[in-house]
Amino acid sequence: MLNTDSNSKIINVFMYKFWSDFSESKVAVISLLILIAIVLIAIFAPLISPSDPYDLSKVSIMDSRLPPMAKNFAGDIFILGTDGAGRDMLSAIFYGLRVSLGVGVMSAIFALIIGTIFGISAAFFGGKYETFIMRIVDIQLSFPSILMALIILAAFGKGIEKTIIALVLVQWAYYARTARAAALVERSKEYAEAAQCLALGNKKIMFNHILPNCMPSLIVVGTLQTAHAISLEATLSFLGLGLPITEPSLGLLIGNGFQYMHTGDFWISIFPGVALLITIVSINLVGDQLRDMYNPRLKK
Amino acid sequence: MNILNRILIIMIGCVLSSMAVAKDLTVGLKSEPSSIDPHYHNLGPNNSLSAHIFDTLVGSDENQQHYPNLAVTWKPINDTTWEFKLRKGVKWHDGSDFTADDVVFTSKRAANVPKSPSGFGTYLKGKTFVKIDSHTIHIKTEKPYPLMPNDLSTVKIISKKYGEGASTSDYNSGKAAIGTGPYKFVEWVPGDKIVLKANPNYHGALKGKPAFNKVLFKPIKTGPARIAALLAGDVDLIDSVPPLDVARLKKNASLTLTSGPSNRVIYIHLDQFRENSPYIKAIGGGEIKNPLMDVRIRKAISLAINRDAMVAKVMEGIALKAGQLLPAGFHGVSPNMKPDPYDTKAAKKLMADAGYGNGFEMTIHGPNDRYINDAKIVEALAQMLSRIGIKTKVETMPKSVYFKRASAGGPNKSPEFSFMLLGWGAGSGEASSPLRALLHTYDKSIGMGRANRGRHSDPAVDKIIQQALSTVNADARGKLLAEATEIAVGKNYGVIPIHYQMNTWAAKSSLSYQPRTDEYTLVMGISNN
Amino acid sequence: MTAFILRRSTQSIIVLFIMSLLVFSGVNLVGDPVEMLINPEADQAEVERVIKELGLDKPITEQYWYFLMNAFKGDLGTSFIFGEPALKLIVQRMPATIELALFSLFISLIFAIPLGIYAGLKPESKISKTIMAGSILGFSMPTFWVGIIFIMFFAVYLGWLPSTGRGEIGSFLGVKSSLFTLDGLSHIFLPALNLALFKLSSVIRLTRAGTREIIHQDYIKFARAKGVAESRVINVHLLKNILIPIVTIIGLEFGSLIAFSTVTETVFAWPGMGKLIIDSIYNLDRPVIVAYLMIIVIFFVFLNLLVDILYTLLDPRVRIQGSN
Repeated sequence: MLNTDSNSKIINVFMYKFWSDFSESKVAVISLLILIAIVLIAIFAPLISPSDPYDLSKVSIMDSRLPPMAKNFAGDIFILGTDGAGRDMLSAIFYGLRVSLGVGVMSAIFALIIGTIFGISAAFFGGKYETFIMRIVDIQLSFPSILMALIILAAFGKGIEKTIIALVLVQWAYYARTARAAALVERSKEYAEAAQCLALGNKKIMFNHILPNCMPSLIVVGTLQTAHAISLEATLSFLGLGLPITEPSLGLLIGNGFQYMHTGDFWISIFPGVALLITIVSINLVGDQLRDMYNPRLKK
Repeated sequence: MNILNRILIIMIGCVLSSMAVAKDLTVGLKSEPSSIDPHYHNLGPNNSLSAHIFDTLVGSDENQQHYPNLAVTWKPINDTTWEFKLRKGVKWHDGSDFTADDVVFTSKRAANVPKSPSGFGTYLKGKTFVKIDSHTIHIKTEKPYPLMPNDLSTVKIISKKYGEGASTSDYNSGKAAIGTGPYKFVEWVPGDKIVLKANPNYHGALKGKPAFNKVLFKPIKTGPARIAALLAGDVDLIDSVPPLDVARLKKNASLTLTSGPSNRVIYIHLDQFRENSPYIKAIGGGEIKNPLMDVRIRKAISLAINRDAMVAKVMEGIALKAGQLLPAGFHGVSPNMKPDPYDTKAAKKLMADAGYGNGFEMTIHGPNDRYINDAKIVEALAQMLSRIGIKTKVETMPKSVYFKRASAGGPNKSPEFSFMLLGWGAGSGEASSPLRALLHTYDKSIGMGRANRGRHSDPAVDKIIQQALSTVNADARGKLLAEATEIAVGKNYGVIPIHYQMNTWAAKSSLSYQPRTDEYTLVMGISNN
Repeated sequence: MTAFILRRSTQSIIVLFIMSLLVFSGVNLVGDPVEMLINPEADQAEVERVIKELGLDKPITEQYWYFLMNAFKGDLGTSFIFGEPALKLIVQRMPATIELALFSLFISLIFAIPLGIYAGLKPESKISKTIMAGSILGFSMPTFWVGIIFIMFFAVYLGWLPSTGRGEIGSFLGVKSSLFTLDGLSHIFLPALNLALFKLSSVIRLTRAGTREIIHQDYIKFARAKGVAESRVINVHLLKNILIPIVTIIGLEFGSLIAFSTVTETVFAWPGMGKLIIDSIYNLDRPVIVAYLMIIVIFFVFLNLLVDILYTLLDPRVRIQGSN
């Protein structure tokens, strides 16, 4: 058994190794910094936003559709302008990021948990159970995610919790497939066989021994799937099927701006779109680098 | 203007309109009709389209005033019988003659189309059509029925020859789509286009001979896309120009914009039937007695609404402030009622008098895809109510969810919301339409108050409405309807009107459109500039 | 092979059944179609007639039973909105969607395959790195937003191309399509490009991966060593062997193009089945939603089966077994 001291040493060594691999790509490092900034903005949106865009006693319709850097008569400056209801766009984007990231991350975590449980247990138990699970996974993966989500939301109506459920149902299969593949490799390794010989409980072997070794590939998939989930949610909300208007994500902000397309009030639609794009691109770039690190086979 | 000038203008007009005959026209429509069958779906886009192909007995012009169409005269000959004299010499598109048999046949089919999601039963029930001779019809009712011309201005007359046994599909394919109207049906490619061509033998009751050879309707749902298509020259005319774009497009010399008030009032329903209203709480969240039961609170809310700002800022100036159910010019409108002023001081005083000086909390509801700028209106309302101490939250939702909850989302299929934004278009062009549906006591058995989602109820108002509905004399009926409005809206604040919607059409500069209160887009209403 | 197809078919039928049950009960919980469809001026008697006419007065289980019975006869219900068979409505709009998907597939393949091969052959070059960075940007950009930008820039700002709808339809060898007229092509270009852009990146990545794999195979090395011209190596040896992933791409990507066309069709008002399903969801046209789902499930099951079979025909190393 290892003592805590050497444990933290191992972690330090691991972190060092991780960082030296990760920082090989400058693009990835920059993306990571941007991503951290975005996450901080999302978390602290209520503190750093110039105003609360959803406090109706503060928002005034008289300030509607002011261009970027405009001042209203009270002297407030709207850096990115205001939307049709007189909301400060910068604040709306900060709050929108919060909703978009929140929904994306939440659904990714739930999907990761569900998918991993099914994937690892399929690999571990094998047999009919495995065939059954993997057949469902195959069938589900053969349908494009947008269609699955569309069908689920068409059948059960919109709403924040329904959107998350739809995203989880769409994504769990990716994690299940990844977890199973990784677990199959791990299972055949010596330590797993040793653990089995020691007659450790199934649950213990699966979650204490196999799972940690599957984590790298799951994290890679998780990062990329989070980006996918954010994009998917934005699309669904734009179509009017995802989040309700009371929980405006970036997709909904873009959709609201759609009607101002011809009026020259470009900022209402463009800025939330840029924010969405930066978020997704930075997550994807970070995920790409992680994949190259943990899948040397794919390193091209 | 001297006579010579006038003659010159008329001559130029004649030359232009004769030139126009050879022209084709493409129209961009916001809403696509769901069928060519004129009796399948009683809804604006369908009725508007079928008015090109089919005619009604009683015509309804741009201000919903009646004019002789397939019937040349109509009058009550006794308490329970109306006589309609039909136009002679009218031909169907296939060349056969239009007669009373077609009218009697129509009266039987129009209310009974299979799978129809909204039929014409409401306008035809209780009426018996009797053919007197080939061009005379008597319509009998059990009780005196004053709204006969209004009802018959909605039902399109179809040919018996083609209509017998014809299904909705037969109309959509064109097999049965044989009418008497100014345009003949050519083809419908759902989601893509509807094609019509001129009917050279049109009887001419509406604006004479058809002005265009071929007419193409293209459904373009989103406002920006419709405008883009017009600017690009893909279409010659579009309907439902979003208010947002009106000011900018008006500056464009290559376009002609025309706006007119519609028969649609945007108003608020307030819960007046529950002691505790589900979306109203005391400040801090405790239970309170429903303040909306108190007429002083309802009045305070009306005074808190800055209608000028609503029209100027939310509606971009494309709406009219409302103080009653229909704008001036419609039958049954009260000449005495004005929109309430914006007076937060008086509103706060009323709140205090009613015992709500500290205000209360309320969630207000509205659709976000039904009326022009509906979600923005609700948000602006919330801002305005917040200023008189009503802590307001907003919830808007798509119409697919909203209307079910607004009408029957509560226990025992009662209306769910406490305070909701709605609109009402008076299809029959008379104040009786909103009065009986919105302000008469909800009573399923007599078909009254169907859309009374606040369940406002005042026996005095009910009595006047019912009296009006059996008064055949138009002037007397108009007075009664005005009186009912004055009590139900002006005194009781049963509903709170905000504004009348205005509709805007945009055409390329060589054309212009005569706005219609019924929101229809009729090719016959296009003139050359 | 037969056993494989049989097994697949049974599984598909089970999937179809479960999906229909879920969606049928799901859509019946959302909203009230009668309230949406009916003229507000209608009285209560008319409301009741409509409820009965649409069969909504019956319990949901009975409605589902009717649906199943009729579905076996090939009748997937009648649209609440149009009063026409849902199947007919969908089939009517299918050509527009397939045309759009085919054209974008064409665009994405003619750009993506050369770019992918180039990036695979010269992975370290600047151009390849730009291509790969571009591909990340490509699949990060949400389709709908790119569509809006396209309309703003090409249709509104520059005024080069129409922004909505399908153009004139021409006919060639008995096939009717808007691809055969100039007007049609000008209308399809923006939506097809919008739809293709998203796929472009994934096809580039797959082609590049395929190239990388094959280029290290012995027969390529051997051909090069033998002195075969590089152009011949690429055109014959490489392209021939890269066909397998490409066929898979065409199959699978075509399906996903059909799926993503719902978004593009909504942005560009393209009158295809994608727009129909979105409109039907807005308008609570339940029979059309359910019918669309049934058709799309059948479509994808068939497509996947086809891809699997083609796979074995092209690559004798892959053998479909009865199980797995």
